[in-house]
Amino acid sequence: MILHVPYFIAAWIFLWGLYGIVTSKNLVHQVVCLAVLQTSTYVLLLTVGYKVGGTAPVFADIPVGTTVVDPLVQALMLTDIVVEATVAALLLAMVVKANELANTIDPEELRILTG
Amino acid sequence: MNLRARTTLFLVSAAALAVIFVLAFLDLPPMGDYRGPYGYVVTQVAVYERHATDVVNAINYDYRAFDTLGEEFILFAAVLGVLLLFRPDDKKGHKRNSNAQEQDELPVSDALRISTQAIMGLMIVFGFYIATHGQLTPGSGFQGGVILASAPILLYLAGNVGAFEKITSSALVKVAECGGAGGYAIIGISALLAGTHFLTNFVPLGTTGDLFSSGTIAVISVCVGVEVTGGFVQLTQIYLRKIVEAELRKKS
Amino acid sequence: MRLLQWMSLLLVAVAAPGVVLTRDPKPQVVTLSFYGLLCALMFFIFQAPDVALSQITIGAVMLPLMILLALTRMRRHNQQKQRKGSK
Repeated sequence: MILHVPYFIAAWIFLWGLYGIVTSKNLVHQVVCLAVLQTSTYVLLLTVGYKVGGTAPVFADIPVGTTVVDPLVQALMLTDIVVEATVAALLLAMVVKANELANTIDPEELRILTG
Repeated sequence: MNLRARTTLFLVSAAALAVIFVLAFLDLPPMGDYRGPYGYVVTQVAVYERHATDVVNAINYDYRAFDTLGEEFILFAAVLGVLLLFRPDDKKGHKRNSNAQEQDELPVSDALRISTQAIMGLMIVFGFYIATHGQLTPGSGFQGGVILASAPILLYLAGNVGAFEKITSSALVKVAECGGAGGYAIIGISALLAGTHFLTNFVPLGTTGDLFSSGTIAVISVCVGVEVTGGFVQLTQIYLRKIVEAELRKKS
Repeated sequence: MRLLQWMSLLLVAVAAPGVVLTRDPKPQVVTLSFYGLLCALMFFIFQAPDVALSQITIGAVMLPLMILLALTRMRRHNQQKQRKGSK
């Protein structure tokens, strides 16, 4: 049970990011909270793939048979980080455009979409 | 609904979601007790099959190269989307600052100017090193590309706005981005033309530990580095474009 | 090693609400960069150097930089609008 706490920490970070998005009054603050939410998936993937006594899966100076942590979840995390960067870039471009059109970045005041 | 109602609704549903998370995570094996077979198989086999010492990059650029192709095109599409969103909406189009001189400078403190210009060369070399040693050490084309893409920003920080504008709006950056993305796909297609499946490692593999080893992993790593550099340099140039134009106009 | 892992996990768990509860975007950029560095430290301690390099370059450098550039562009647009409005 004590060794399941890292997974609960991932859920904790996820819920805090979601809280930030729901109660935000600033679109840029929402984008940053989305980035925090995405880091919770990194924590979960990393702790799922960890092996006690394992080292980094790079065999440049260690022989091939030594215990290493799982390399597949690290490959998944690399793709995840790239997706975080691209989603944030596109969202920030949309926030800047929304500011130019509506002169506000408060999501409560953006009434353009509600017709 | 107003903020209080939304917050209360969120707190109730977050409590339910937390219960679901706890119940689901209790079924996972405890941390440190890794049981899955795929990790064991890959670490036994990857160094011998692909002559690459970094197993994470061998997975990314060889065993699961198709996923990385999709990921690079996500980056390509995002840069395309930002370019479209910020296209100039006056009829004259974007006035290219073709008379931006390299001597156009802003008044910046001496410490900032000297330290950024000193670090810039180091960062470019470091970015090249990381991007080309993808198959040997941690760090591959993606990380090296981002390091390289932050070098022109140091120019802007040092106050050298003219050089920043000349470097980042040149056609080479656009060609680099498109060439990198297309090059990845062309490597896959040339595997098809060589008679095997798409994105197979069909080039001779070399010896483990050399710089020119592990076949297409090294080539793909360099292509990805070139594309990522072009993409992120374009992104920073798009955001800074209006500000740089205003500063250059103030100088002239 | 166990103690180091638990400490890095706790640091990340404490820093995440810190980033979310900073409501103003300009200080939040600094806290986001620091949070990215803490995450990268955690990735190193859990034996993932590739991912740590990625997190440092993206989460601690590129993402705060893009947010700052977007904020600068918005501030410039607001200033221009004020100048045109007051004329």
